Amino acid sequence: MNVIVTALKEVFGLFVEDGIYAVAIIVWLLIAAFALPHVGAVAWRAPLLFVGLIVILAENVIRSAKRAR
Amino acid sequence: MRACGGDTILDWTHAGPSIIASFLASLVEFVEALTIVLAVGTVRGWRSAIIGTVAGVVFLALLVLIFGPRLQRIPITTLQLVVGVLLLLFGMRWLRKAILRAAGIIGLHDEDAIYAKQTNALRNDGTPGAARLDKIAVATTFKAVVLEGLEVVFIVIATGVVGHTLLPASLGAAAAGIVVIALGLIVHKPLSRVPENMLKFAVGILLSAFGVFWIGEGLHFGWPGEDLSLFGLVGGFLAVSALLVLTVRRTASTVASLPVVHASPSADRKGDAS
Repeated sequence: MNVIVTALKEVFGLFVEDGIYAVAIIVWLLIAAFALPHVGAVAWRAPLLFVGLIVILAENVIRSAKRAR
Repeated sequence: MRACGGDTILDWTHAGPSIIASFLASLVEFVEALTIVLAVGTVRGWRSAIIGTVAGVVFLALLVLIFGPRLQRIPITTLQLVVGVLLLLFGMRWLRKAILRAAGIIGLHDEDAIYAKQTNALRNDGTPGAARLDKIAVATTFKAVVLEGLEVVFIVIATGVVGHTLLPASLGAAAAGIVVIALGLIVHKPLSRVPENMLKFAVGILLSAFGVFWIGEGLHFGWPGEDLSLFGLVGGFLAVSALLVLTVRRTASTVASLPVVHASPSADRKGDAS
């Protein structure tokens, strides 16, 4: 049982290290999936999806850097 | 092979980044696994270290054989979304960490230090018997190979299964394995000179680009330039990441210089030295 729990923790750790960061990505993907089809032109949807992720990355890196100092 | 036929360009648009991503990611993971296998082999003996390594490789091969073909039966849209989300989480995790390491916020991965720590820990676990199988050595190498290899398997399957480039992605990983094993046999010590953070930076960018591309495809958003937009995404992630490294470094150096300003007599006189 212990081995399975350890293995599952390791697999989870492959994708999630900073919980807030991972949640922010998932929430943005959900917003993109459900809201973006109702706003703006079709051509903007994919670039907006990318821009949202870039904003999440930048915010997290700057926040992590501030926290580390 | 056609030099500039439509199919050839389309194949290489997917296969090229897929091979590069799996090669670079595998290089990083194999170097990390090699460090532990070398530590175990040196301290506890090579027989048990090799048995643990081979058992780990067989376990990983079974995982690929079991899950690889089954994944290809899943409808393409579901696969694009699921694999895209996992790739994005995995890639952006690596990218975030690589940016923070490049900016000097967190320490670099040190293979020599890991090797020293591992050998010390193994020496403290008692002397292995000469004839029988050393369980500690087998378990340590098995665990190292499986844990590091799991990331390789995930990257190979994730980058290969959606674009039907499983074979090129596997070849990329295999090539990395051959390079690391050959170098390990030659130098017989941890490969500490491999620019690991730069590799993780590159892989993070490639996997993040793959992830967001597949999610967009799965949501039927339609990328400008279609498959070629993958290169635009790579460029976008690269440009923003480089900018973030510079920004964080600059802010860090500004903050580092602040105490000198606060300690000056004029600052004390103004009463803002805190």
